[in-house]
Amino acid sequence: MSVNRQLQPRVEPSYRQPVPVCHDLSLGQELVGLHDSGGLWWPEEQTLVVSDLHLEKAASIAKTKGVMLPPYDTAATLEKLAALIDLFSPRRVICLGDSFHDSESSARMPAAYRAMLATMQLGREWIWITGNHDPEIAPSVCGERFEELSISSLCFRHEPNEDADCGEICGHLHPAAKVRRMGRTVRRACFATNGNRLMLPAFGALTGGLNVMDNAFSKVFAERRFSVFMLGNGRLFPFTASKLISD
Amino acid sequence: MPDTPHLPAVFTNWFESRNWAPRAHQLELFANVRAGNSALLIAPTGGGKTLAGFLPSLVDLHQRSAADKRKAGAAVSSGSSGLHTLYMSPLKALATDIHRNLEVPIEEMGLSIKLETRSGDTPSHKKQRQKRLPPDILLTTPEQISLLLSDKNAARLFADLQFVILDELHELVTSKRGDLLALALTRLRKLAPNLRCIGLSATIAHPDDLRAYLVEQPLSQQVNLAEIVQAKGGAKPHISILETKERLPWSGHSCIYALPEIYEEIKAHTTTLVFVNTRSQAERLFQELWRINEETLPIALHHGSLDVGQRRKVEAHMAAGQLKAVVCTSSLDLGIDWGDIDLVINVGAPKGASRLAQRIGRANHRMNEASKAILVPSNRFEVLECQAALEASEAGVQDTPPLRQGGLDVLAQHIMCVACAAPFEPEKLYEEVISSQSYRHLEYDLFVKAVEFVATGGYALKAYDRYAKLRPTKEGLYRVSHPQFAQQYRLNSGTILDAATLKVRQVKPRGPNSKRPLGFGGKMLGEIEEWFIEQLAVGDTFVFAGQVLKFEGLKESEAYVSRSASQDPKIPSYQGGKFPLSTYLAEGVRSFASDPHSWSSLPGQVREWLELQKEKSQLPEYERLLVETFPRNDKHYLVCYPFEGRLAHQTLGMLLTRRLERAGLHPLGFVATEYSLALWGLRDLGLAITSGRLRLDELFEEDMLGDDLEAWLSESSLMKRTFRNCAMISGLVERRHPGKEKTGRQITINTDLIYNVLHEHEPDHLLLQATWTDAATGLLDISRLGHFLSRIDKRITHSALSRVSPLAVPVLLEIGKEPIFGSATEELLADAADDLLLEAQL
Repeated sequence: MSVNRQLQPRVEPSYRQPVPVCHDLSLGQELVGLHDSGGLWWPEEQTLVVSDLHLEKAASIAKTKGVMLPPYDTAATLEKLAALIDLFSPRRVICLGDSFHDSESSARMPAAYRAMLATMQLGREWIWITGNHDPEIAPSVCGERFEELSISSLCFRHEPNEDADCGEICGHLHPAAKVRRMGRTVRRACFATNGNRLMLPAFGALTGGLNVMDNAFSKVFAERRFSVFMLGNGRLFPFTASKLISD
Repeated sequence: MPDTPHLPAVFTNWFESRNWAPRAHQLELFANVRAGNSALLIAPTGGGKTLAGFLPSLVDLHQRSAADKRKAGAAVSSGSSGLHTLYMSPLKALATDIHRNLEVPIEEMGLSIKLETRSGDTPSHKKQRQKRLPPDILLTTPEQISLLLSDKNAARLFADLQFVILDELHELVTSKRGDLLALALTRLRKLAPNLRCIGLSATIAHPDDLRAYLVEQPLSQQVNLAEIVQAKGGAKPHISILETKERLPWSGHSCIYALPEIYEEIKAHTTTLVFVNTRSQAERLFQELWRINEETLPIALHHGSLDVGQRRKVEAHMAAGQLKAVVCTSSLDLGIDWGDIDLVINVGAPKGASRLAQRIGRANHRMNEASKAILVPSNRFEVLECQAALEASEAGVQDTPPLRQGGLDVLAQHIMCVACAAPFEPEKLYEEVISSQSYRHLEYDLFVKAVEFVATGGYALKAYDRYAKLRPTKEGLYRVSHPQFAQQYRLNSGTILDAATLKVRQVKPRGPNSKRPLGFGGKMLGEIEEWFIEQLAVGDTFVFAGQVLKFEGLKESEAYVSRSASQDPKIPSYQGGKFPLSTYLAEGVRSFASDPHSWSSLPGQVREWLELQKEKSQLPEYERLLVETFPRNDKHYLVCYPFEGRLAHQTLGMLLTRRLERAGLHPLGFVATEYSLALWGLRDLGLAITSGRLRLDELFEEDMLGDDLEAWLSESSLMKRTFRNCAMISGLVERRHPGKEKTGRQITINTDLIYNVLHEHEPDHLLLQATWTDAATGLLDISRLGHFLSRIDKRITHSALSRVSPLAVPVLLEIGKEPIFGSATEELLADAADDLLLEAQL
């Protein structure tokens, strides 16, 4: 019996199940997928994008302010990212800035976490976009550094640029949205987009969110013309800005 | 009792000048304290309790200054080196009362005693001076004592302290402030060897708890008790339940039906206090009374959320006898002597026998006259509760809760406090801490964990050792590693707060499209719980401070409102200050409902209602749980009658919903009242039970307090709110950074995330332990639910009905008025999002 290897369907290993579900969104001239983890999947380029990891945030605060938050945030964030990488097997990972909570964090990070990170980086292109929290990343951490980066018609940067022409993917503000229903309110981290620009929610375990109705967003999305995709469990919840309430 | 020493002439003369004689309990307390003992005085309000507490202190100060005068040659007076007496009280209306009980006697007797107050609002220059030149008597709060104890000069300041007077001690010990105070007392006893504690309390169920609280406990099993002095009880109060000609409502809490009758009673008496249970009830009743107040009787409103200025005004008018009635909540519960009150009306359920007794004690402060009180039940179940309370009062039963175990979060705060004053030795501090009754059973291991928590967060992952706030010295003492941390402690401590509140400020109304910024500088109306404001949208109307207000927006920690022309507020209620029905009264209600022989004392309408229940379904038996199922409007209901209070019922409802969900019965929601719980869904719950598909014994099995509870708690917002409180009290998160105020709102975000990370990675962390303990007795009332479940284990009666039973009517009427639980957040979102999708397709 001869088998045409090219026609045989690829058998997915079982741990790859379930197939990642993404909410499709066209941005610029590209089609991207929003994932309920807060990550962005760009199938065309096999690229995974995450923003605002704020690794070592608890340690940084313990050092500078003496506030001893649980030291598990770095592990939690890295584990979540590792799971996502497992799910998508991306060819390239882009971290959209504020990956480390402060400039020394990358150098100070405990060896176990560095190893976790290095394992994730194996066999794929890794790009650090620098942000306001991490203008410098220690040389011992692998991966290329860019202030901003354009691939095809998309542009990746940490802070939104006021006169970006189109296809901008950014982070920085940690968008979160709040809706009211039956007398109860729900507040969740969210993607925010107006079709030209997409802002990713913060991915880090100890990163709070800023309500998209806050004034800080008025420069990013003029006249409140935007929609959000609130992160749910296994799905995203789309809302136009007019349905949202402020804090 | 020791021999009664004589009061100095100045004092006896003063009593005579007022045509008074010192009362027996005042002298007995005086004698005990003079003999060098700590003592607890139990007396009803109006028994000259506060003066009794101060008498030993005043006499001692008087004799000291007389001795100083005698050796007039000596240049310096001896009494001015440190504090002589501390006075603490949970009262908000402290100022007025102290003036009457203390300043007036001091002045009239011509004593040269320096008296000062110190609270969070005291200006800092005055606080500084008080440390340098302390007054003889300081009136203050447990938080301020902690702050003073954290001072480097604390030892000098308190070395000569003679007396600590704890007023309304029964109230002080019920909260975390009581824990903080217990720890502060252990410290004060070390610093001031001559210290005697005087506790003043209303009648309570377990006086020995308070006696033990007042004195140092030995390391052995033995319990030390302070002396006890009991004032003779006054005449028994005349309590009656309002006999209404109107129809008694099935449900609700407004008592609007009885309004004209309440008004008539107010007219017929000199001054009436109208007590209600929640602030929203107070607001509502006040409005309704004014609506029918044709004779414009002076009727005022008083509750804890109102602005201090407004409250003071009401109190002043009250003291001057200018008011005919005051509608009030527990903010007026505590021992203020108002003089001429001749009637107390308790509107709604009394909730507890002792609570009712204390409220009734407001009326008629001449101890040997009987107080007069009328209970107004707001629905039929509350008639049963009122009747149970009335019988408890006649039998003189008390149902105050036992002394609480000290909280670990408060312990952490205290450890930092001690460290700020001077380096400490852990073993010694441990022995000091367990010398208080509240922390007696604290294990050494747990204490060590608390120290580690303060130093480095106490995580299993030792990540922060190099940033430790406390470090051991060569001698094995723990010291604060940087002065910055001591400063942080001083800014953050003193935050035993129950809920984040927002100030309510009245501004000019804005048009719907106005771009004009919200005006500021308007009148402050009071404070409101943050969670209530969170539910409001701009433009929503609600009742507060006696008027209908429109929500205009939020800025930092202030909620802006404007006066609304509307008569009907859109958001019906906000339940400030709700507390559950006491276990004792709950038993009373259960016994009434189960025993037809006891119904003769009940009003006809209630009797008929219960008779009807007996006929159509069955009565809930005393030792069993009755579960009814019936269809109604395409839905199937399951109603049960645990009589354990709303909080326990809410928790039960959450857990039953989860179980029914797992059994594939798809519950849609539930609503809880003080007495019963109703769940509903689209599947026939009755059929599932009769066919054996759903077993009630399994549904109500106690093991729901295990995994189900755990699973629910991990996502419960109540748990996160409790955690936030513990995190702030323990000093994990800062309330304020030097120079910048962090609002409660920002903290919410952070502590929720912290909770998630901690719950996942170190579920047995000290702070989660503290949170769990709080939740068990607080918002979730798990301990009570546990007792209930074991009581009714395998004792469940099912009554399958074809229609709603008479007893189930009240809880079904609450649907739509009370928040409905059960639909998960995800479904809410999906629901809202689907709406949007539908819209988009149109």
